[in-house]
Amino acid sequence: MREVAIVAFAQTVHTGHDTGLTEAEMLHPVIEEVRRTTGLTTFGFTCSGSCDYLAGAPFSFVSALDALGAWPPISESHVEMDGAFALYEAWVRLQHGDIDSALVYGFGKSSTGDLRQIMTLQLDPYYLAPLGLDQVSYAALQAAALGGDRGALDEIVRRSRADGRANPHALDLPDPSGDGYEVEPLRPYDIAPITDGAAAVVLAAGDLARELAENPAYIGGIAHRIEPHYLGMRDLARSPSAADAARAAGVGKGPVDVAELHVQFSHEEIILREALELPEGTVINPSGGPLAANPVMATGLIRVGEAARRILDGRARRAVAHASSGPCLQHNLVTVLESAAESPEGADRG
Amino acid sequence: MPSDAPTDVPTDARAVPEPLEARHVLEFPGGYTRSTGPVIGRFLTELRDRRIVGVRTAAERVLVPPLEYDPATGESVTGEYVEVGPAGTVETWAWVSAPRPGHPLDRPFAWATIRLDGADTSLVHVVDAGGSRAMRTGLRVRPRWRTETSGHITDIECFVPEVTVITAPVRAEYRVRPGRALTRFLEGIRDGVFVGGYCAGCDQVYVPYRISCPACGSVIEEEREVADTGTVETFAINNLPDPRAPEVPFVSAYILLDGADIPMIALVGGIPAHEVRQGMRVRAVWVPPEERTMSMTNIRWFAPTGEPDADLSAGRPGGGD
Repeated sequence: MREVAIVAFAQTVHTGHDTGLTEAEMLHPVIEEVRRTTGLTTFGFTCSGSCDYLAGAPFSFVSALDALGAWPPISESHVEMDGAFALYEAWVRLQHGDIDSALVYGFGKSSTGDLRQIMTLQLDPYYLAPLGLDQVSYAALQAAALGGDRGALDEIVRRSRADGRANPHALDLPDPSGDGYEVEPLRPYDIAPITDGAAAVVLAAGDLARELAENPAYIGGIAHRIEPHYLGMRDLARSPSAADAARAAGVGKGPVDVAELHVQFSHEEIILREALELPEGTVINPSGGPLAANPVMATGLIRVGEAARRILDGRARRAVAHASSGPCLQHNLVTVLESAAESPEGADRG
Repeated sequence: MPSDAPTDVPTDARAVPEPLEARHVLEFPGGYTRSTGPVIGRFLTELRDRRIVGVRTAAERVLVPPLEYDPATGESVTGEYVEVGPAGTVETWAWVSAPRPGHPLDRPFAWATIRLDGADTSLVHVVDAGGSRAMRTGLRVRPRWRTETSGHITDIECFVPEVTVITAPVRAEYRVRPGRALTRFLEGIRDGVFVGGYCAGCDQVYVPYRISCPACGSVIEEEREVADTGTVETFAINNLPDPRAPEVPFVSAYILLDGADIPMIALVGGIPAHEVRQGMRVRAVWVPPEERTMSMTNIRWFAPTGEPDADLSAGRPGGGD
């Protein structure tokens, strides 16, 4: 495999409300920031992740290209998924060997519509969507299948929100309180907040990575796996696809200092922690994670960026990022990020 | 795609401009047409006829609802359809106490994964159980079909719990007479006095009046009037309505009338229920003389006298300890 590293990461100051910017206007500053950080104005490949249903406009991702300036024509692609999956596509593209850099971004404004109902539209149109099964309801089914300890769940939310308050990009949310249910067994605070935001990452291969960053965050392993869509065909208390992806990405091949997990509901942290077999000492979601800021379609990419940032600035040597797609953790992407010294091939990197 | 024009456009240049905002609706009027294919089509066709079928996989598993491919192997399913259910067992459930506009029921309900009898996978559907306390893993449920079926997953309006409880009506009418002793006692109540019976052999005064001694069986020869004051020996706070009580909660108490040797059961009122206590001194509250009949309703209840509490530990004054 060709060595590919994250050399820059930028994200918006995420908001819990619509600030009045279009998606492209919201995205533009983070593109500017990674261009400044790397000094690159053009990239060998550009790939984005977004969802047209968030804004309710067809090809809204095409409008977002205005934030880049796509003339003369650029080599570009898009996934109707979280930006983390766009990063996977960019990583594959860099494996071709003919280009050395890629720009990846994700963006979303959940404030525009009703996210819970919009997420119904991603469900199987014959058996699930006609029932009106909404996002919080199917997550509640998974939480019930897990039967997680309430004290442990509360602590996950408390820790995530406290870390979020310390993160200038995340929302300021109070400690969890109240005993009402949104959909039993989920309490309102178990649910990631409605958030608008965007994020961008620059990938570089080979010598370019060392030129652009003092301490590049090398992608030591990256893999995604998927489960059947229909909830009744799965054991919702477990995530075998996340476990398979983690094994394929090599999570267990070394210590994990930090893990950034795409936890949109508190119980998902318990499921993912077990699936990824994370050691006790691993710090989970030091950014606050999605429970502190959940700009849908950027949230997974931010997990990769936050994990990479800790390697870029020297605070961690090996980190794991997880991103998810589909109902009840159906599809999971796991990325292992390593400093040069940590990687088996690190010696070659000088 | 229809989008409404913004409404509140500021006209006064000095006013702080309201942010421009437009309502925007994404909709396929009349719905989006989708082909079902043969497998899902078969399921929906059977559903229209009020049957639920699964499809068998090469590994002999029955998928409900049917899929075109075995999710475990990716192989095509066999094409053999198996009727399942209609009853099933709840595996996992989540309770919606405030239904959203898009939800299938307009009253609180459960989402559930339901393992239909004969199926190897679970159906995601709705359970109309009344309240979350009725829900549990293992609950047996059956479909409630819509009056008109059309070949849609919502032909099953919801699932409902199997019958485990019925309410049986019980009612009979009688004409009862009080008997000699109680008639005598109620005559006293009509006249505003409590009539007891004294057993000389046992040295006990019984209230209400009786014609024989329940201890020794001898005939009671002597009537004794006792006071309409007494002491609460024990009591219960009742939270279920009773036609004989004025309100809920009410207190019924064993009251040992002064001069009697056994307590009489009566209501206690004129005091919050939680302040009633053993040893409390009480007095009968009578209705006005002109309203009295031969009925215990002559006494509204017993109310506190305000005297210091009696010491019950010393045993009954009459020596009945």
